[in-house]
Amino acid sequence: MTGADSAVAVRVPAGLRHHTGGAAVLEVEVAALGGDATVGALLDHLAGVHPDLERRVRDEQRRLRRHVNVFLGSENVRDLREQATPVAGGDEVAIIPAVSGG
Amino acid sequence: MTTLLMIGTRKGLFLARSDDRDTWAVDGPHFAMNAVYAVALDTRRPTPRLLVGADSEHWGPSVFHSDDLGATWEETEGGALRFPAETGAALARAWQLQPAGPAEPGVVYAGVEPAALFRSEDGGATFSLVEGLWDHPHRPRWEPGGGGLCLHTVLPHPTDPDRLLVAISSSGVYRTEDGGKSWQASNGGIHAWHNPDPHPEFGQCVHKVARHPDRPDEMFLQNHGGVYRSRDGGASWGEIHAGLPATFGFPLVTHPHTPGTAYIYPLVADAHRMPPEDRCRVYRTTDAGDSWHPLATGLPQEQAYITVLRDALCTDDADPAGVYFGTRTGDVFASADEGESWTSLARYLPDVLTVRAARVA
Repeated sequence: MTGADSAVAVRVPAGLRHHTGGAAVLEVEVAALGGDATVGALLDHLAGVHPDLERRVRDEQRRLRRHVNVFLGSENVRDLREQATPVAGGDEVAIIPAVSGG
Repeated sequence: MTTLLMIGTRKGLFLARSDDRDTWAVDGPHFAMNAVYAVALDTRRPTPRLLVGADSEHWGPSVFHSDDLGATWEETEGGALRFPAETGAALARAWQLQPAGPAEPGVVYAGVEPAALFRSEDGGATFSLVEGLWDHPHRPRWEPGGGGLCLHTVLPHPTDPDRLLVAISSSGVYRTEDGGKSWQASNGGIHAWHNPDPHPEFGQCVHKVARHPDRPDEMFLQNHGGVYRSRDGGASWGEIHAGLPATFGFPLVTHPHTPGTAYIYPLVADAHRMPPEDRCRVYRTTDAGDSWHPLATGLPQEQAYITVLRDALCTDDADPAGVYFGTRTGDVFASADEGESWTSLARYLPDVLTVRAARVA
């Protein structure tokens, strides 16, 4: 099975699309995450295929950067189980810069 | 001959070019909305390489380089500057990008926050942690200054690659004589104003250190309170601030050609942090700190609440030397006559964090 029901859609913000060849959405097959279908595993997978995208979202210790939010549907994963939050086929994960700066 | 001035600001990089050091063309911002704390002009190459440390509030810090004088920029895949996983640390900011001496043409050092030293052997494309300093037994007791726990100054020895001096806020000066394997705190004589013991082994709030390559054992140091000189390669330090209107300040640079000549920008410590008498004045010594003289021609002399940060004062490599400084209020001033007179090079920029200049063609 492949396609929408078996994949997580990762929405990439405009400011990071130069790291994805311009792609606004990346489809990641849940099967590609091994037995650990979580936000953290999803980002680990992205580190392999788009390393410069992943390192803008997490630091080198794989912690989410302070002013980056990752949403599962409409929920900020910081309000769920952070990177341990489970993902499933059909889910949408959005990377969105937080409001900050002056 | 074109002179290029790199201006790192809180909201991006600006590049100023001039063929006569009188009329300047400024373009930017490059890396808009990135804080640019560290820039370097590596003039050891036929075409100088520009290096930039740019920090995005959202997407974190990164290092870029350009081999076409800023027309295009390259970013190393995966990041040029990363802490190894086993350190448990993550890069917060590159504070200093410093090409080594001519004996090591590919070597570039990076001083970063959290306080650590990195070394590149490919001109700044990739860096490795200098583990000898990271593993120093003092490190768990290093305390951050107001800018964070940062290694902000790297002084490679001009001829001996094994000798290197770094400065950390607010941990002080450390030296190695074995290429970075072992490091010694080297703060003898420097006052620690914020410490019950005014002369601890380490913990001094050193703001900047500089030396002239022709006199590598003579160094000058701007401390958080006090200007100092060493004549034994940094092993010991003595005060040289007699005659200055204030002993606090951030930047210090040496003249590009003349040993014993250096420039500082004094500020009143600690509750004021403005220039003395609210007059914008650079001070210069031409006798290795025995005396200091103000340089104010062309600079604002009334109600000038102007601060210059630790890397926002530089010289170029021309003769006579150009001197440049940028301010927290977004001005850049330039002198083409060694500081005797100044003109406004740019106004209304974001807060200037760092400047570096050189002749590029």
